[in-house]
Amino acid sequence: MLGSRVFSIREYKEKVFGQKDYMREKDISGCGLFGVINKEKKLISGSVPVTAIAVQHDRGNGLGGGFAAYGIYPELSDKYALHLMCDDKDALSCAEELIKKYFDVHLSEPIPTRSTVNIINAPVLWRIFVTIKENRSTWSNLDDYDYVVAVVMLVNKQIPGAYIFSSGKNMGAFKGVGFPEEIGEFFKLDEYKAYIWTAHNRFPTNTPGWWGGAHPFCLLDWSIVHNGEISSYGINKRYLAEHNYECTLMTDTEVVAYLLDLFIRKHGLSKKMTCKIFAPPFWDEIDRMEEEEKQAYTALRMVYGSGMLNGPFAILFANHEGLVGLNDRIKLRPLIVAEKDHDVFMASEDCSIRSVCPDPDKLWAPKAGEPVIIELKP
Amino acid sequence: MLDCGLVKSKCRKKFLKSKYIYTGVRALLYQSIVQNYHDFVVERNLDLCINCRVCERQCSYLVHYWDENRQRVMHDSSKCVGCHRCEALCPTGAIVIKRNPSQFRENSHWKPWFLKNVYKQAEQGGVLLSGMGNPQPYPIYWDHLLLDASQVTNPSIDPLREPMELRTYLGSKPDALEFVERDNKVNLKTKLSPQIKLNYPIMFSAMSYGSINFNLHIAMAKAATELGIVYNTGEGGLHPDLYKYGPNTIIQVASGRFGVHKDYLNAGCGIEIKIGQGAKPGIGGHLPGEKVDAGVSLTRMIPIGSDALSPAPHHDIYSIEDLRQLIYALKEATEYRVPVSVKIAAVHNAAAIASGIVRAGADIVAIDGFRGGTGAAPTMIRDNVGIPAELALAAIDQRLRDEGVRNKASIVIAGGIRCSADVVKAIALGADAVYIGSAVLVAVGCTMCQRCYTGKCPWGIATNVPALARRQNPEIAKRKLVNLVRSWGHEIEEMLGGMGLNSIESLRGNREKLRAVGLSEIELDILKIKPAGR
Repeated sequence: MLGSRVFSIREYKEKVFGQKDYMREKDISGCGLFGVINKEKKLISGSVPVTAIAVQHDRGNGLGGGFAAYGIYPELSDKYALHLMCDDKDALSCAEELIKKYFDVHLSEPIPTRSTVNIINAPVLWRIFVTIKENRSTWSNLDDYDYVVAVVMLVNKQIPGAYIFSSGKNMGAFKGVGFPEEIGEFFKLDEYKAYIWTAHNRFPTNTPGWWGGAHPFCLLDWSIVHNGEISSYGINKRYLAEHNYECTLMTDTEVVAYLLDLFIRKHGLSKKMTCKIFAPPFWDEIDRMEEEEKQAYTALRMVYGSGMLNGPFAILFANHEGLVGLNDRIKLRPLIVAEKDHDVFMASEDCSIRSVCPDPDKLWAPKAGEPVIIELKP
Repeated sequence: MLDCGLVKSKCRKKFLKSKYIYTGVRALLYQSIVQNYHDFVVERNLDLCINCRVCERQCSYLVHYWDENRQRVMHDSSKCVGCHRCEALCPTGAIVIKRNPSQFRENSHWKPWFLKNVYKQAEQGGVLLSGMGNPQPYPIYWDHLLLDASQVTNPSIDPLREPMELRTYLGSKPDALEFVERDNKVNLKTKLSPQIKLNYPIMFSAMSYGSINFNLHIAMAKAATELGIVYNTGEGGLHPDLYKYGPNTIIQVASGRFGVHKDYLNAGCGIEIKIGQGAKPGIGGHLPGEKVDAGVSLTRMIPIGSDALSPAPHHDIYSIEDLRQLIYALKEATEYRVPVSVKIAAVHNAAAIASGIVRAGADIVAIDGFRGGTGAAPTMIRDNVGIPAELALAAIDQRLRDEGVRNKASIVIAGGIRCSADVVKAIALGADAVYIGSAVLVAVGCTMCQRCYTGKCPWGIATNVPALARRQNPEIAKRKLVNLVRSWGHEIEEMLGGMGLNSIESLRGNREKLRAVGLSEIELDILKIKPAGR
C-alpha cells in the first residue's frame, strides 16, 4: 500500500538534482524521539530503543523510522563503516567501485535483515568497512575527516541509485520507510548492543517517503534525530553553502548535521557553545549578563546568527563522545530527560522512557534552549 | 539648469513680497504654452471659501493671491506643483487639487509628459530637473513577492506574548569565533571589528543638511537616539549643535568633501563613503545656492549663496584600489573605532562592484536602488539610469556568498522602501538593514510633488527659507519619526512571528520565506526564489 508512494533512490535524486538549488522543496514533518546512553559505556540491547520508540507509535505515520547505534562494531572499530542503500545490485557495484578508488576495503557484506510483514520493497542494504588509502590519488590536501566526507558526498551525488547513509567508526544507522518498531525488527536490532542509541519515528506531511529520508542523519560519527520544523532553514542552507556543504536531502534536519560538523569539527567550538548558536539566549538575557559573558554571547549572536535554528525543534545528537539533547529557545516541541544509575534517557514523551525504565532516579523537562550534554566516561 | 517652475533667488523675493505684486487680475497678455499646459488645477468651492487667505499664506509657489478688485482669493493653477499644502490647511475644505483634465489627442508613444518636456526645453534650453525617486512605471519587485506564514506543522509565534528580536549589528564579522570556557564561564578570545548596533533594522537615509533643513536634522538625530537606530548626515557635513547625537549618526564623506574635517570624521558611530546615489547614478550632488544660508555655509564650509556642486566621481578615486586607500585613510583617521560603509547606486554590475568594495575593506555596503530619492537630479537620469534595488540586492547577497565574503560586510539596501513589508522582503532577500529616506519625508508631510530643488517646499522640508522651515517643529517631527519606526517594528514582529521566527537574523537571507507571483523564470533565477505554488 505504501510502496506506491515511496520513491526509489534514483527517483529521489532525479527530483533533487534535476532542479536548481533554490527550487528544491523542503520536507515538513512532526516526529517522536528516543535516546539512551550509558555513561560507563556498558552495552544496551537494541530491544530497548525499539520498545521505547514503539510506545510513541502515534507520533509517526509509517513513512520513516530509524536508529543510530554506537559501539556496535568493536572488532572493526578503526574502520569507517559505510552503510549503503541501493536500488539494485548494479547501483551497488557502481558505488563499490567508486569507493574502492578512494578507500581500502576490509569487509563488504549485506546488512543482515529479516523479512517482516510491513517492510516491503526494501533497497539493497550493504555495509563496507574501509580505511583511507595510503597513497591518495586526489584530495591529498584534505585531512582524513574531510576526505571521508568528500567521498561520501561524491557517491551520493554521482551514483544515481546509491546512497551512503552512515559513515562513522564503530557506529551505524539503520533506517527506512515503515514504523520504527518494524524497522527495528527488519534490521534485527535486538541482536546489536550499543552504549548509545537514538531512535526516531517520522511523520512527514508533504513529500513522498524514501528510505534515505528517514532519520537519523549521519555524517562521520555524528548522528541526528530531530522533531520539528526549522523555519530558519532557508538561511541555514545558504550559510552552509558558503562553507561548501550542499543540502540535497530536502529536509531541514540535514542542516543540523552539517552545522555540527562545521562548528564543532571545523571551528573547534564546544558542544555547549554550538548549542548556544542553535538556541541562543535572548538579547534581554544577554543584556543582564556580566560583562565578559555579555561580550561573548553578543559576539556569538552577531557572527553565528545564520547558524541559529529558529522554529520548533527538539533534537538529539550523538557522537563517540556522548549524547546531547536540545530544545528550541521557547520550547515548542517536547523533550523529557531521565536518569537511572549510569543510564540517561531522552525522549519526546515520558511514557516512552518509563516503558524501558519504569522507576528513574530523576526525570525532568529541560528548559527551553538549555542543552543536556551527557559525556561518556573516557 | 532649467526648472519646470521657478528657481532663481528673485522668485524667493517675489514670494516674500507677493501680496504687493499680485494685486490685480492675472495678466491676459501672451503667455507661453508651457504655462498654459499646466499639470494641476485648483478647484475652489466658492460656497465654502471664506476668503481667510490661509491658502495664499501657505503657497510658496504663489498660486493663490488676493484680488483687490474682486475682494476675494483667486488662484493661478499654472503655478501649482500639486503639493496639496493649501488643500491640507484650508479650514473649510474648500480646495481640491486635481490633475488638469485637459487632454491631448491619444498617443501611446507621445504621451503628454514628453510633449510638455519638449515644450519646456524648446522654450528655455536647459536640463530638466526633478526631485525624489524614479516615478516611472517600471516593475516594482516588492509587489511581486509574497511572504510565508506558519500553519499546523510549525506554530506561529505571537509577538505580544513571546519575545521577538529585531536587534541588528552592522559591520564586518569574522569567519569564526574562539571562546575560552572555564568554570561554566565563557570568555571571548576573538577580537571583533567595530559594529553599529540597531534596535530596528531601519536607518534614516542620507539627506544632507541643506537639501533638507536644520529642523529635520534635529528631528532625525533625536528620533534615531530615542529609537536606538542611526541617521545619516548626507554629504552636507554636521552642524556643531548635532555633535552630541554622534553615537546615533553615520557621517558621510562624498565627492564634494563638504564639511569634512577631523572632528567631523570622529563625531559619529560610522562613516559612509558615498560613491553614488540611486536617483542619479554617475553624477554628483547639486545643492542650489538659494538653499545655502548661514547655517549651511558654516557646516559645509562654503560661502553663503554659492552652489554646492559635488563632482561626479571622487577626484581621488579612479579605481577600486583608490577606494581601498580612502577606506583605510578614514579608518586611520578614526583609529579603527568605527565601521566604514561604501554606498553605491544600484547599477548593472552592482554585484561585481560590491564584491570589490568588500575586498577593498569596507565593513558595510549600501546599495541605493533607482527609486531612491534626491533633492535634485536631472530628470532623464532619475528616470532612466540604474536598476531596481530588489534585483541588485539579490545579486549582491548571492555574489558575496558565492565568494565566501558575505560575513565580511553588512548589506544595507535603500531606494523606495515604502512599508514594513518591504523591509521584511528586503531582509529575506539578504539585507542586514534598510535605509529609509522618502518615507521619512512623507512621515513629516511630504506629498511627493517632486519639486525639492526649488528650495520652496511648502511643507517646510526641502527648504531653508526661514518662513517655510518654521513649518517643521523638530519635536513634532521627531515624534512622527519615532512613531513610524515603532509601528513598522511592530508590524515586522507580527510578520516574523507569523513565519515562526523570533529573531531577525533567521529571516536575513532566508529566501525560503518568499514566493514570487507574476515573474519570469529569469527573474526568479536572479532573485533565487520559488514561484508561489511551489
